[in-house]
Amino acid sequence: MAMTLTLSDSAAQGTQDAPRRRPAPVGAHVAIKGLSHAYRRHDGKVLDGIDFEIKAGEVVALLGRSGCGKSTLLHMLSGLTHPSEGEVVINGNTIREPSPKWVMMFQAPSLFPWMTVAQNAALGLKFTRRNDQIAKRIPEILDLVDLGAFADRNAQELSGGQQQRVALARSLAPKPEMLLLDEPFSALDAFTRRNLQRDVRQIARDLGLTLVLVTHDVGEAVRMADRVIVLKANPGRVFEDTVITLSEEERSGGSDEFQAEHSRLMNIYSQAADAPGEATETTNDFTQI
Amino acid sequence: MSDAVQLPSTILRIPRLGSARSLMNALIGIAALLGVWWFGGFIVENDPDLYAFADFAPAPTLERLWEMIVSGEVLTMSGPSLERVGLGLLFAAAFGVPVGILIGRAPRIHEVTNVPFQFLRMISPLSWMPIAVMAFDTWDGAIVFLIAMAAVWPILFSTAAGVRRIDPAWLKVARNLGARPLHLLGTVILPAIAVDVMQGIRLALGVAWVVLVPAEYLGVTSGLGFAINDARDTLDYSRLAATVVVIGVIGFALDAAIGQLVKKFNWVRATAH
Repeated sequence: MAMTLTLSDSAAQGTQDAPRRRPAPVGAHVAIKGLSHAYRRHDGKVLDGIDFEIKAGEVVALLGRSGCGKSTLLHMLSGLTHPSEGEVVINGNTIREPSPKWVMMFQAPSLFPWMTVAQNAALGLKFTRRNDQIAKRIPEILDLVDLGAFADRNAQELSGGQQQRVALARSLAPKPEMLLLDEPFSALDAFTRRNLQRDVRQIARDLGLTLVLVTHDVGEAVRMADRVIVLKANPGRVFEDTVITLSEEERSGGSDEFQAEHSRLMNIYSQAADAPGEATETTNDFTQI
Repeated sequence: MSDAVQLPSTILRIPRLGSARSLMNALIGIAALLGVWWFGGFIVENDPDLYAFADFAPAPTLERLWEMIVSGEVLTMSGPSLERVGLGLLFAAAFGVPVGILIGRAPRIHEVTNVPFQFLRMISPLSWMPIAVMAFDTWDGAIVFLIAMAAVWPILFSTAAGVRRIDPAWLKVARNLGARPLHLLGTVILPAIAVDVMQGIRLALGVAWVVLVPAEYLGVTSGLGFAINDARDTLDYSRLAATVVVIGVIGFALDAAIGQLVKKFNWVRATAH
């Protein structure tokens, strides 16, 4: 795969609207069918009757306040959690277990602290018996996330934003079809967060990946997503499914168009948050491994 | 506080000063120990009732120790002991590490085994002596068994504690990247707990080295414990005291060596963030 893009700030601020040669999407097509979930049988449903599709190569944000089940839904897309009812179908196959083809990124980078940056990034290839690809692929992928110079550093020596970039490299190295982001930038400072939001969107688009992100930050959804699915809580249901029609340049913020989209989405988000609940609060716990 | 601000150069030098100071303090401690030893020898020497024990004093002991080092006797007596301790630790780790991992991973196994293991742990390893002698054909076997019985608990409990501290997110990430159970073990669990295992082995070595000497009072005719017993029976007190020094020095050196390994396996780095 020829990867000619650079992610330095100057390149990214310039010419996003210039026509990019986008590869045919290698991204996963996702269909969520009649999905409902309760953590324990007699508890209220966290998710109820979720039905939607995600096109290959689409960037979708799941937006909602805490407890709306968006993170649970994302775990189900990854195969790490199984729904009580319904199914997730990716490229025609029902998901039953996690796969390096759809990789999740979490709020904490969770790097292995006894490894170097390069070793961390190579894990997916190692686990899937592609050791022969490591020597070529890892320098390439570390350059892509702007960490080429850090390959041999211990993961703990990096800043929070750099660590999250390593986690991104680790997720991208096995050439996934879909990236699942569970609020992975929320622990970072605003400047680092903006850069990563921009870079991750670009990388996903350039590689043709499907990208699904969970967020409660309206700005993040507007900056990153082609389409936003707003969820309401108790039980978690799709409240509105809306398309963000902004150019790459407008997404960097500041423009009137951005403000208009932001206000529109904030309005939907508030309505969803105020929508009356039906079930009791349920706890989000993903401690099972 | 204001004083500290006015003395930045002094503050910067503290690490170097500190290491020199701690070396000096260690030397003071060693000198104090020698002083107490010398003073005890001095009293014994000048007491007609105790004069027979005068060879315990530092001068005859260190003189004898030098002879024993030159003649190779120190190596001859410590070789078999090191072998027994090494084997005992090996068996203890071979049992303690896998069982510790199981206990750390499965709360059910922890609950089932906790009371029996805590019960067994509190039994002095030396109380197994009669059973060990009956159960093993050779004295060596019995001694290794006693050492292993002493060493297994620190290794097992330290391993289990290490496994329980593993960040669940690491396992989730690894599984998501396609890790199979053996990958989880080799790439996540073992590296994560290496330092806990080494710390367990360090504690185990301390106990094993203590148990070794009385265990070697058993039938064997080699090793440091035998040398102590033999010197006592032949009233060769300078040799007895020299052997005690050898035991202390080897124990200290082994502990320091494992301490270095613990450092090596410790993956926590001090970070600026």
